[in-house]
Amino acid sequence: MSAITRDEVAHLARLSRLALADEELDHFAAQLDQIVAAVARVAEVAADDIPPSSHALPLTNVFRPDEVRRSLTPEQALSGAPAVEDDRFRVPRILGEEA
Amino acid sequence: MTELLHKTAAELGRLIAAREVSAVEVAQAHLDRIAEVEPKVNAFLHVDAETTLAQARSVDERIAGGERLGPLAGVPVAHKDVFTTTDMPTTAGSKILEGWRPPYDATVTSRLREAGLVILGKTNLDEFAMGSSTENSAYGPTRNPWDLARIPGGSSGGSSAAVAAYQAPLSTGTDTGGSIRQPAAVTGIVGMKPTYGGSSRYGLIAFASSLDTPGPFARNVLDAALLHEAFSGHDVMDSTSIHAHVPPVVEAARQADIAGLRVGVVKEFGGEGYQPGVLARFHEAVELLESLGAKVVEVSCPSFGYALPAYYLIAPSECSSNLARFDAMRYGLRVGDDGTRSAEEVMALTRAAGFGPEVKRRIMLGTYALSSGYYDAYYGQAQKVRTLISRDFDAAFHQVDVLVSPTTPTTAFPIGERADDPMAMYLADLCTIPTNLAGNAAISVPCGLADEDGLPVGLQIMASVLGDDRCYRVGAAVEKALEDRWGGPLLAKAPAL
Repeated sequence: MSAITRDEVAHLARLSRLALADEELDHFAAQLDQIVAAVARVAEVAADDIPPSSHALPLTNVFRPDEVRRSLTPEQALSGAPAVEDDRFRVPRILGEEA
Repeated sequence: MTELLHKTAAELGRLIAAREVSAVEVAQAHLDRIAEVEPKVNAFLHVDAETTLAQARSVDERIAGGERLGPLAGVPVAHKDVFTTTDMPTTAGSKILEGWRPPYDATVTSRLREAGLVILGKTNLDEFAMGSSTENSAYGPTRNPWDLARIPGGSSGGSSAAVAAYQAPLSTGTDTGGSIRQPAAVTGIVGMKPTYGGSSRYGLIAFASSLDTPGPFARNVLDAALLHEAFSGHDVMDSTSIHAHVPPVVEAARQADIAGLRVGVVKEFGGEGYQPGVLARFHEAVELLESLGAKVVEVSCPSFGYALPAYYLIAPSECSSNLARFDAMRYGLRVGDDGTRSAEEVMALTRAAGFGPEVKRRIMLGTYALSSGYYDAYYGQAQKVRTLISRDFDAAFHQVDVLVSPTTPTTAFPIGERADDPMAMYLADLCTIPTNLAGNAAISVPCGLADEDGLPVGLQIMASVLGDDRCYRVGAAVEKALEDRWGGPLLAKAPAL
């Protein structure tokens, strides 16, 4: 049985904001199915009493003084933008029907 | 000029400081070498002689002015193209960042600038550091200087090839699952993954933030230690950077004495899937350690067998989140913005056009592992395995000072052999991944050539968290003994390019 179907890959691609072509969906479905089957081995480790680690080393929250510091100028921040207007990032429409 | 290419970084630093040779001459010699062999190797994504020579001139002026710089002042370095550089483009090997000029320097970049190192260029890599062969670069594969039909390892394959081909004496890399140690092993050079948090991730384009670790490549252990020391240490710009002194790596590399050291051989690494020539060189290296006075015992790390599957859930999960920033809005590629499409449509078209197949695979795999209904079975379970791996290391380091294994199960494989077989590709990192999951330190040093193909084999030396100096101490001892046996470095046996 396949864990990952073509429809599931199409769903994952939508969630991932990847406009995949039809042939890519087929290709990835087969590969992801194989990978998921292999990584599912982690379930063999009975681990009800094992705490999960999100990080290898203990992390503590880091604070710094709330001071004004030098940062990027608007020009620097916009230097790699695909489109700029009036010192701002120019983006395509973000709402559904108002184009 | 060619004799400059074969000097160690430490020697170059001394000669430049003594003004017996200028930083400009050293930079020019390496630029000439790059021009000569780059058509064969393809290690670099960006080389700009003018910028490099300007940096070298400035270092010469600082030295002439009496400024005291570090031991590597004037020595050239090549940066993996995931470290941001304000004076050179930074692409992460991806079309989505083609031509991008970052507005700030990575901490690794700025610290090496301050120490007076001269940037030779930006090296090729698997796109966003995802891969083990550098074939996933959007700009074509890098070739292994030992055999141009084979991979130079990955993801930092441009950095390993550049150092092995004498295009650069030093280079930087990042190690998320083995991306420094594996390329070092298959090109016959030294590569070190420092303790997680020992080197700053600020300005490093993120792949898997809980695993990504910047580290050095060099042709010998001392040079690697010098570079390691030059960019390491706490950084306020990286909140996971650790508050601790940099372990005494340079001193350890000079010491190279391992009498009485307890060495553990990891029982789980070996057998099926390992190339006989790799195992033969590894067993010889273990005998060598014994002959140098180390006490060798076998150590079992029963959870290591689950490290690879856990890694291929954790790393893709983090990558699916990290790479969401490539949204076609603020920087990088934008595709399909014709005035009719929504931002979301433009985003999806851009990401489909800008990312290569392995990056897409991992983003979707991570999205899957983090989905409601699957989270506990995949990502949650993988995080528990991560705990078990750390416990295995803790138990092992109660018994021994360092653990050893082959760095990789095989030597460099032919370009194309595993390109469309992700699971086969992932096996290249079998021995290196546990260290990333546990955050401790590990180095790969050359330990000979496999009989069946004459290609380099790496010995991996793993130490505890902040035990980086032990990796260098053992690595230097092995290097010294083997070079005495070989009558010179392993790289001297590489065919001329």
